Amino acid sequence: MEVLRIEHLKKSFGPLAVLQDISLSVSQGEVVAIIGPSGSGKSTLLRCATMLETMDDGNLFYLDKQAVASENGQAVYASPAVLKECRAQFGLVFQNFNLFPHYSVLKNIIDAPISVQKRKKEEATAQAMDLLARMGLQDKANAYPYQLSGGQQQRVSIARALCLNPAILFFDEPTSALDPELTGEILKVIRDLAAEEMTMVIVTHEIDFARHVADRVVFIADGQIVEQGDAKALIDNPQNERTKAFLRRLQREEE
Amino acid sequence: MSFSVMLAQLVQGMLTSFEIFALTLIFSLPLGLLVAFGRMSRFWLLRNIMRIYISIMRGTPLMLQLLVVYFGPYYIFGISISAGYRFVAVIIAFSINYAAYFAEIYRAGIESIPVGQYEAAAVLGYSRSQTFFKIIFPQMVKHILPPVTNEVITLVKDTSLAFSIAVMEMFTIAKTIASSQKSMLAYVAAGLFYYVFNFIVATVMEAIEKKMSYYR
Ligand SMILES: Nc1ncnc2c1ncn2[C@@H]1O[C@H](COP(=O)(O)OP(=O)(O)OP(=O)(O)O)[C@@H](O)[C@H]1O
Ligand SMILES: [Mg+2]
Repeated sequence: MEVLRIEHLKKSFGPLAVLQDISLSVSQGEVVAIIGPSGSGKSTLLRCATMLETMDDGNLFYLDKQAVASENGQAVYASPAVLKECRAQFGLVFQNFNLFPHYSVLKNIIDAPISVQKRKKEEATAQAMDLLARMGLQDKANAYPYQLSGGQQQRVSIARALCLNPAILFFDEPTSALDPELTGEILKVIRDLAAEEMTMVIVTHEIDFARHVADRVVFIADGQIVEQGDAKALIDNPQNERTKAFLRRLQREEE
Repeated sequence: MSFSVMLAQLVQGMLTSFEIFALTLIFSLPLGLLVAFGRMSRFWLLRNIMRIYISIMRGTPLMLQLLVVYFGPYYIFGISISAGYRFVAVIIAFSINYAAYFAEIYRAGIESIPVGQYEAAAVLGYSRSQTFFKIIFPQMVKHILPPVTNEVITLVKDTSLAFSIAVMEMFTIAKTIASSQKSMLAYVAAGLFYYVFNFIVATVMEAIEKKMSYYR
């Protein structure tokens, strides 16, 4: 079953065609890593998929719901009610967490389940505490974001997204804002989610992580999918010259 | 005039000043938010009407605005001014003037909230009004407390401008007593009143700021 389906997505900022013709489907339980040079349009792709940015043209489906339809070369968005249903299907983890600073950790996690999904406070709290325990943060429920390390804040933001029970979770460089010694704890959380068959799309520069955790890697350059395929095969044995050059450059940087 | 009569008049003046102060805040704080929304509106016309309104309110003396509000109905529309309108005119003039200042403070406060807060709220499914009232507004309040405190302290002193249309507030009464008694004492009492009033305002605002310092 396909959780996400993007067809012929086009997006420009003024004269700059950032996404030229992107098609991407993600099946239930699949983990897709998106890699590519800086400025290639990876964030824009996630922002179009999560409707933070309006696309110019293309189709966008979540499960059996169509959020965006291409009509005469223009993106037409569905009714607010349908968009709301689509929004309920996905979560997004930001590079810089974007926790709500005036809410405690627990309130950050349970407020949307209660006020958006209209769930019972006890039930949402129970799930939140369970998520916090899995993240190793049960003792931080009453802390405020400023009292946490970056890695802890990012784990809270992942818990916040998960508490809405999304069908698919997007990550935009979830470790880029963290000190190198803190990236491991986030990557471990994502690895655990992958083991539980959580459907995920992860924009990352951590090639080694992508190789081990992702089922499929998508390489984007200049707003186009240049190459995609099985994670290990693509990273160990890229076919396209641009992919090769990109991976070589990353390797050099790491050494 | 006996001392006790003088005292009773001064107390009456204090109460009137306090009424002007309290009513102005009650009306101008929410009105300022509406003006700020208008000022940030997507609609060009509304945005610019609010811009001009704010610019006039901040660019002309409050005393002049007070006189216009008080005498305007008579000079412009020929409506005769009733005695009770004096006080109402003060509240109207002060409220619309302070709303303009508060609107600009609110706007700066709202614009200082990082766009990531809106985006996180949108992805979590919050509606526009939920996003504003649950996420943006509480954070804005914390940001704007210091400039709001400044305005509130200025308002305490500005209440004395009501003397220009002879509203019997603290300053007007002190002036009357001082000239009839040929004594500075009433002015000293007035000065003391404004100072203590502002001291309380500052203390209260500080307490609120402290209360909001549970997060950063
Ligand atoms: N709101 C915007 N307005 C104008 N141009 C934008 C906007 N957002 C992104 N761009 C441009 O679109 C291009 C793609 O940006 P995007 O953030 O998607 O790249 P990216 O692949 O995520 O890069 P990075 O790896 O550095 O995060 C860049 O050239 C960027 O400058
Ligand atoms: Mg990016």
